[in-house]
Amino acid sequence: MCDCCAKSDLSKLTPVFEAFDGDEHALISILQRAQEIYGYLPTDVLYAIAEKTGNSPAKVLGVATFYTQFRLKPVGRNLILLCKGTACHVNGADSIEKALVEELGVGDGETTDDGLFSVKTVACLGCCSLSPVMMINEDTYGSLTPAKAKDIVRRIRAEAAK
Amino acid sequence: MKLVFGEGSCGIAAGARKVRAAVEKLAAADTNAPAARSTSGTGGSPVPAVEIGITGCIGMCYLEPIVDVYGERGTGNGEPLLARLVRVQEKDAERIYKAAASGDLSGVKDLEIKAEDKEFLAKQTRIALRHCGLIDPEDISAYEAADGYKAIRKVLGMTPEDVIAEIKTSGLAGRGGAGFPTWFKWNAARSAKGDQKYLICNADEGDPGAFMDRAVIESDPHSLIEGMLIAAYAIGATRAFVYVRAEYPLAITRLEKALADARAAGYLGENIFGSGFSCDIRIKAGAGAFVCGEETALIESLEGSRGMPRLKPPFPAEKGYTNAPSNINNVETFANVAWIILNGGAAFAAMGTETSKGTKVFALTGKIKRGGLVEIPMGLTLRDVIFGIGGGIRDGGTFKAVQMGGPSGGCIPEHLLDTLIDYKALGATGAIMGSGGMVVMDSNTCMVNMARFFLDFTAKESCGKCVHCRIGTKRMHEILTRITEGRGREGDVELLQELCQGIKAGALCGLGQTAPNPVLTTIRYFRDEYDSHIREGRCPAHECAALKKYSIDPAKCRGCTMCAKKCPVQAIFGTVREPHAIDSAKCVKCGQCKAACKFGAVVVG
Repeated sequence: MCDCCAKSDLSKLTPVFEAFDGDEHALISILQRAQEIYGYLPTDVLYAIAEKTGNSPAKVLGVATFYTQFRLKPVGRNLILLCKGTACHVNGADSIEKALVEELGVGDGETTDDGLFSVKTVACLGCCSLSPVMMINEDTYGSLTPAKAKDIVRRIRAEAAK
Repeated sequence: MKLVFGEGSCGIAAGARKVRAAVEKLAAADTNAPAARSTSGTGGSPVPAVEIGITGCIGMCYLEPIVDVYGERGTGNGEPLLARLVRVQEKDAERIYKAAASGDLSGVKDLEIKAEDKEFLAKQTRIALRHCGLIDPEDISAYEAADGYKAIRKVLGMTPEDVIAEIKTSGLAGRGGAGFPTWFKWNAARSAKGDQKYLICNADEGDPGAFMDRAVIESDPHSLIEGMLIAAYAIGATRAFVYVRAEYPLAITRLEKALADARAAGYLGENIFGSGFSCDIRIKAGAGAFVCGEETALIESLEGSRGMPRLKPPFPAEKGYTNAPSNINNVETFANVAWIILNGGAAFAAMGTETSKGTKVFALTGKIKRGGLVEIPMGLTLRDVIFGIGGGIRDGGTFKAVQMGGPSGGCIPEHLLDTLIDYKALGATGAIMGSGGMVVMDSNTCMVNMARFFLDFTAKESCGKCVHCRIGTKRMHEILTRITEGRGREGDVELLQELCQGIKAGALCGLGQTAPNPVLTTIRYFRDEYDSHIREGRCPAHECAALKKYSIDPAKCRGCTMCAKKCPVQAIFGTVREPHAIDSAKCVKCGQCKAACKFGAVVVG
């Protein structure tokens, strides 16, 4: 591991390791807690988890990259989850995605340069009756149109600029 | 009066909590409230004029947010419903509060549900959803008042064999999609040798377009817990897990509370009801992988590994979690169990068809007029559900197909709308019953693009363990993409069919084996759409962007220049107040001209 990666405050992991002490099947739960703490999974954190749980770093990275919930890079302050489930697809999710790309200049899995927005497409948010749907942080926005989606993003940006 | 807000995820997303907060604020500030009166339920202490409560998913998603007005105070269960107010907004909070405080509902008449919308629920038979939208999911006493935890009490006086026999009588089959007889799985796990056995609930509802399990957990978590306890007793398991999607935070929160309450009340843990039977249930949050809905992949994930399916046999009943005998059932399956025990297997089996017993829950979505959660007895037709309950296609559109079973299912065309909802009958169409997603499509949906959409999903979600699925789905996705982009070749359909057969035969698990279904059914019923794309460079639904041809109808064009101003590539030319035209060589088919035209002059062909 190079020096540039060794920067996370690993002491924050101590209570997590204590909570799952002796549970050999807890790797996913530990990774979930770690992501809650750091916002993503930094490399040095993955190494620390590997060492503590007795797994190889390869296995830990393998699990972290297998599941869509885990992120290996920091995300923007506002995480946009754009639903591309079947109902949203039928009701025009593609046009919403296009509108977001136009407005933000970034697409799926990317973060704006100012660190304000990250975009991630997801398979289904389970709010099919409101399709097309997106979630920004904890809030759900339904019955979107391209113009409405752009408007929501602009409002958040204006709010942040204040 | 009591106001009960429908607070499932859909209701909250539609704004139910904002409206409730506004009403609560009014209630707190109301100094003119009628003199506090006491009721027997509150032991004589003063109670507010308007009581405010919550319930889970009422099921009429298209009318959310919904507020139910009950006449008397209490749990809301079994009380007469005075009015159901729909599509309420924050601005309505004041008159809703006033109406409830005064007892005069004339001021909210316009918010009341219309007679035709009442049919949506009236035509249903609810067993798995029996408490949804009626009781407060966060209050264990509401569940107890609705015969809650009586079934487990009854079961503890029976032998495990008798419990399994009752489930066998009911004909209950796995509601997760495969439709395997539940009693058979329980019996196999019961008969398996092992000191420690596990019970697992599959709540990794990953099918896009399906939200039945989420609704059950959010609206009636205790019925899941009780169903699991009965199953655990039947198979002899003392430890149980609920593997639930991390994308369902509200479901996890409510289930956590329900488990804690059940533990405190003595329904969970050591020596339940002094019977000697002990069982505890823990939640494990999934981390986002569709393949984990496959039972052996789910077990791998529970063990903290990548969710890659195992070869079967051995089946989980023999070697499951940590190689111990394990039984896995879906949420909806468990939600039926307590009802079956209390009402008898025969009552359940009295509903349905020869091969499919009981009821099934569907999530009705897409281009449907009335979308939401629908529970109906097996044996009704697809037409009964889509047109009878769902009200048909919205915005005056024409029905084209219904997609059932998500990425493992298929698209059923109009001429098969009288197919019975029955495992066998639906299987014969090439689709499957599935877990309950029912996405309705109209003539604006391109069926080739629909197949591409699902293959995009399965190719991304393939775990990569076996070659047929990993590479096969990718190749199919490439072919479907080129067809939708106008680069399809003669013979592509035959090539797809060949790949489908290979993948069906060769893939390791259910995800791979069923991944070809969306392609096979769309070829079977909508071959003409594939041919139009490939041979004529035309998308009959006008959905595939690359095949759209924009032109301006000179008879409708007023020469307002709006389209020309919006065009990002200057492909539109003409003089002011004269009909304009589009240079198709320059056009990038972005559709902005069509959106800008107020006269409907831009035509897509």
